[in-house]
Amino acid sequence: MTRTILIVDDEPNILISLEFLMKREGFQVYTAGDGEEALERIAQHRPEMVLLDVMMPKKNGYEVCQIIRGTPEWQDTKVIMISAKGRDTEMAKGLAMGANAYMTKPFSTKDLVAKVKEMLEAA
Amino acid sequence: MADGLKKGIWIAAACLMLLGAVGALTGGVWTDLAPEEQKAFLVLLEPRAGIVLLMVMMACLVVAAAVNGLYANHVAPVRRMAEEIRLLLGANRERRLATTGALGELGEAVNELADQRDVLRLDVEAKIREARASVEEEKNRLAALMSELSQSVVVCNLDGRILLYNNRARLQFKALADGSAGALIGLGRSIFSVFERNLISHALETIQHRLKRAGSQPVANFVTTTRTGQLLRAQMAPVLSGAHEDGLTEVERTVTGYVLMLENITKNFETESRRDQMLQSLTEGSRSTMANIRAAVETLQSYSDMEPEQRDRFLGIIADEVRGLGSRLDLTMSDHADSMKVRWPLEEMLGMDLIAAAQRRIETRAGIRTKIEEVDENLWVKVDSFSLLQGLGYLANRLHDEFEVREVRFRLVPDGRMAHLDLVWYGATVSTETVMAWEMDPMTLGGEDSPLTLREVNDRHGGELWYKVEKVAHRAYFRLLVPVAMPQETVAASALMKGGSRPEYYDFDLFRQDGLDHHLDDRRLTDLTFTVFDTETTGLDPSQGDEIIQFGAVRIVNGRMLKAESYDQLVDPRRELTPESIPIHGISQAMLEGQPTIATVLPAFHQFCEETVLVAHNAAFDMRFLQMKQESTGIRFDHPVLDTLLLSAVIHPNQESHKLEAIAERLGVNIVGRHTALGDAIVTGEVFLKMIPLLAELGIHTLQEAQEAARKTYYARVKY
Repeated sequence: MTRTILIVDDEPNILISLEFLMKREGFQVYTAGDGEEALERIAQHRPEMVLLDVMMPKKNGYEVCQIIRGTPEWQDTKVIMISAKGRDTEMAKGLAMGANAYMTKPFSTKDLVAKVKEMLEAA
Repeated sequence: MADGLKKGIWIAAACLMLLGAVGALTGGVWTDLAPEEQKAFLVLLEPRAGIVLLMVMMACLVVAAAVNGLYANHVAPVRRMAEEIRLLLGANRERRLATTGALGELGEAVNELADQRDVLRLDVEAKIREARASVEEEKNRLAALMSELSQSVVVCNLDGRILLYNNRARLQFKALADGSAGALIGLGRSIFSVFERNLISHALETIQHRLKRAGSQPVANFVTTTRTGQLLRAQMAPVLSGAHEDGLTEVERTVTGYVLMLENITKNFETESRRDQMLQSLTEGSRSTMANIRAAVETLQSYSDMEPEQRDRFLGIIADEVRGLGSRLDLTMSDHADSMKVRWPLEEMLGMDLIAAAQRRIETRAGIRTKIEEVDENLWVKVDSFSLLQGLGYLANRLHDEFEVREVRFRLVPDGRMAHLDLVWYGATVSTETVMAWEMDPMTLGGEDSPLTLREVNDRHGGELWYKVEKVAHRAYFRLLVPVAMPQETVAASALMKGGSRPEYYDFDLFRQDGLDHHLDDRRLTDLTFTVFDTETTGLDPSQGDEIIQFGAVRIVNGRMLKAESYDQLVDPRRELTPESIPIHGISQAMLEGQPTIATVLPAFHQFCEETVLVAHNAAFDMRFLQMKQESTGIRFDHPVLDTLLLSAVIHPNQESHKLEAIAERLGVNIVGRHTALGDAIVTGEVFLKMIPLLAELGIHTLQEAQEAARKTYYARVKY
């Protein structure tokens, strides 16, 4: 069975890379450009994993994460926050909102893939 | 007891004594006689009883006359003398007693005493005068010192009344108010127009608390926003009663007021937040870009088997992101250039002054001639003058020592944000390597070593430094880029001059004046605060559409006119001036263009008059104009009003003219700058100050008494 992943970021330049990367790693990939679109995609495709940017229009990553954790049937969804906000207070907030991991931009794509795989295998 | 009665009692007593003596004599003889002898005596006496009685009465009269004479010679002069001594004691200190007559010696002694008293009194008075003068001098020195400070200082009593402020504070508050109603500073005014009452109380509590805890600094700091949205940082220190010499400890001394040191940090704050923004955009903004590039690069590296179009796409991303980062950095640099430069505290200085100081330094220390080639006279620069002068001196010195340059010239011209400060010389050419070495060497000049290098001096100014040879002109120059400053307010000097020799920024007598609650009516004219004002108008009839075009006002606090606290404002009347009115007020249509309208000015003027008694010449006229605006502006002038015209009629009821000129001439007030609103207000104020003692002679001391007296004059019954 192919594993599903949703990548959410308002910057198309990173979406392109991550989409390509994840497809090559054998995932079924969906993308979204803002918070609201992300929630639609989640409802529609029920991805196992969400890569979630923090600073986005409409709904930011914190809000999206909170909604995911507030929806009982989405409890199993893994969330990795990826953000340019690198202060420890912001990381603490991300984890408090219910993210499973927090990665600060710029990150190594290898690390990201490793992290995604590790988390999905643990599930 | 009446003098006559006293004398009568004395006379009666003397007569009684005489009668007693005669009676006793007769009685003694009588008892000694034998019965037949007594009979013979009666026979002898009986026919002569009339004569005996007459003689006794005569004797009584003689005694009475004697007593009378004694009284007149000895008792009356003493009483007269007592009266005279009393006179000399009080009403007429120059008077002396007569030194002739029976009491002459006593008179002489009293005169000596009086002389001694006079000497002592003069001595005491001289001492008091001396002490007062030295206190006054100290106060003036303090005020002068304060006015020189570049920090705003305001001193208040516990009621929040301002007792002292310096020029800097005045300018700062003026800038805060910005022409409209806002924070107003003035002697006797309330600081609460600037700061919230609670804020001050809280700070005072903090200070009280710290005073009780020995060892801690009794100061409080706070930051607040003013009504106009400016950010002020204040430090408050207490003014304590009594001095250490009185043997009181810090804890025992009570707070009688406080000193506020103020700083407008709006600008700093803005710079700070701009710097924050810049940091943000440089860090977080760059992180995303880096992430995009890194992801693309790593993808390219990891999947070398990808399609060519795919590869181009990733390369496109990288190119795009790098371009974006570059332009963002450019934008940040230009937007935040200022905030990146203000690391070292630089002072603002007139360029001319800087160059003059450099010339002095180079000529005296290095013995090199200097000249000015080109200096922009109005240019202000922001420099660390000490290190910059050291740097210029050092350069000139090395040029002289190593290349025998005998004359250097200065140029200072603005070029956008920075100014070119050039040190120019002719002849000798210096190699670029040498100059590089000079820049990095610690500076020395005239035996004075500095740990700094020229490059560090340059860094402090956030500028650049270079060396250039102009071969054709046979000259070369060092160019230092130093930041340009905004020209400083030049009102400072002229505003200081306004007050004449004596600074008007303090009135410590206000320390004692607390609780101004008791009603104005019963307060003495000498203790009240007045706003003396005048208006210029387009015409005489506000009901026919005539409008105010100028306000002028000065304050009188504690019997002193504060010319530095004046109000002078033109008003756009929103109508054409009639040509015939222009010669009267001297205001042209052009002068009124761009001036605020009455809707803006009236609230500001109302605030200027806050808690004062209004004084004007022919006040009814001005008040009518103010009252006409009550409805449209919602501003009510319900202050008590005094009219110098009516007061003049009270003082000199028989004079024909009570025009301002006539009164001023009568009372010896010089007239300057009449027929501007402020000029007239000042003359009115001076006239009013002269009137206060004249009114007191008529028994008119309080505001209410003055208002009542004015109401009763003939002029008050005339309708305007």
